[in-house]
Amino acid sequence: MSVNQVSVFLENKPGTLKKLTKVLAAHKINIRALSLAETSEFGIVRMLVNDVFEATNVLKENNFVASLAPVLAYAIADEAGDLDNLLEKFSAADINIEYMYAFAGKERAYMIFRVNDTKEAEALLKSKGLKSLTQEEIAAV
Amino acid sequence: MGKYFQEEIECAPVEKIKALQDELLPKQVRYVWDNVLYYRKKMEAHGVTPDDIKSTADLYKLPFMSKADLRDAYPYGLLAVPLSDCVRIQSTSGTTGKRVVAFYTQGDIDLWEDCTARAIVAAGGTKDDVCQVSYGYGLFTGGPGLDGGSHKVGCLTIPTSSGNTERQIMFILDLSATILCCTPSYAAYIGETFKEKGYKPEDIPLKAGIFGAEAWSEEMRRDIEKTLGIKAYDIYGLTEISGPGVAFECSEQNGMHINEDHFLAEIIDPKTGEVLPEGTQGELVFTSLDKKAFPLIRYRTRDICTLTREKCSCGRTHIRMSKPKGRSDDMLKIRGVNVFPSQIETVLMNNGYAANYQILVGRVNNTDTFEVKVEMTPDMFTDNIGEIQARRKVLEDGLRSMLGIKAKVTLVAPKSITRSEGKAVRVIDTRKI
Repeated sequence: MSVNQVSVFLENKPGTLKKLTKVLAAHKINIRALSLAETSEFGIVRMLVNDVFEATNVLKENNFVASLAPVLAYAIADEAGDLDNLLEKFSAADINIEYMYAFAGKERAYMIFRVNDTKEAEALLKSKGLKSLTQEEIAAV
Repeated sequence: MGKYFQEEIECAPVEKIKALQDELLPKQVRYVWDNVLYYRKKMEAHGVTPDDIKSTADLYKLPFMSKADLRDAYPYGLLAVPLSDCVRIQSTSGTTGKRVVAFYTQGDIDLWEDCTARAIVAAGGTKDDVCQVSYGYGLFTGGPGLDGGSHKVGCLTIPTSSGNTERQIMFILDLSATILCCTPSYAAYIGETFKEKGYKPEDIPLKAGIFGAEAWSEEMRRDIEKTLGIKAYDIYGLTEISGPGVAFECSEQNGMHINEDHFLAEIIDPKTGEVLPEGTQGELVFTSLDKKAFPLIRYRTRDICTLTREKCSCGRTHIRMSKPKGRSDDMLKIRGVNVFPSQIETVLMNNGYAANYQILVGRVNNTDTFEVKVEMTPDMFTDNIGEIQARRKVLEDGLRSMLGIKAKVTLVAPKSITRSEGKAVRVIDTRKI
């Protein structure tokens, strides 16, 4: 199962990220993972949140432009070499990663991948014994 | 040739010029009445006929023409000769993407080129000069107008057109160009480029420049004169009336002489339409006295300036106009090109953006900067940065093809552009002109 990531357009200037977090805070939306991609003028904030539906609604109400993008999330051991093990399988299946980001939990580390064809990549990795996390699993981390 | 291209008329006694205008105007009014249905209807609606126009003193009785008339009559509605008598069109950008098209007979072209030749000679040009025309060639009147004048003067003409600054510089140096014709902002850019390459003013063969098609300040003139080591002359014109050369600056650099034997100038109150006395600031209005194909009567330029008949020590007697202060409507002149906010709007809408935008015009190193801020919309947003950049590029290309100049597009957050309850503040122009 892929996970829904919330992507938000932000101008690249002081205070814009704060505006976003303020809205999320006011609605008690918890950010589980966050990454920021930027150009000189604008950026895209990519987040996994505990409540995707609520998050997209409140963002829209507050004049943010946001979209949902499917990403694949995998849990690995929080120890040296395990990301390498995981990427070994991506390479073997010839999957191109558009971007990725990661966060470490209490026991395990979580890797989030955006790929070209999510469904196909997921199936290929599944055949190599990798099971992606569901939205609920990520929310529960 | 000496100091003047056509001394007899350029330095004619004022009474003689006025007598000529008094003779030409009634004829021209009858000519348009007889040949242009649009004019006849307009004059009838205004309750005036050619019989009412006996001299220039009756000019005020005639209705004004505006850009709106040109759009209404597009493309052939104001043509006064059979199309087969026309040899050329030139065009200017118009609102909502509709251009103004002006027609010329060979006689009209000759008359126009006489005017630009007068400007070149007034800037010190002779047949021994090498004249580089770096105005755009094509629909824009700048290139063809100065090119024709340069030929009439007998200069060696280098028709580089605008752009490719490296090549401009190569020709100026290799062929020892002595006169440069282009927009002031392009002249400033060429000057900057020379400077960056380590050339001093004395290394540059140019001695004079004829710059127009956009508003420029005295400060900018001095800058250009210093970097290029030249004397910079202003030239004024508009496609509707013929093109550059309707008025031009002489050695005194103190106002532009209007070619009064062809173009009759008035200053009016832009609000009431009332004719204002000489020396008062107002909107410039032109009547073409002897053009055949596209003869406009009392055409409102929307340029704000003053007129003076004070004696000019250059010897020319034609009335002078001050540098226009600005336009009385929303048109922007950026890098010499007319830009209407509505054209930008059209491109945005065609590309899936909403009409929430702002135009920022500034001036850095004497060159106009042009930025369009556009609000991101849900439809245009994607998680992929490359894709957003590509879509922005499509927008920039669309603006370039609509406007003819490059605009920088900046994507901004939704609702970040201030909404207005009345007329939207679309333009922020920080140029100090």
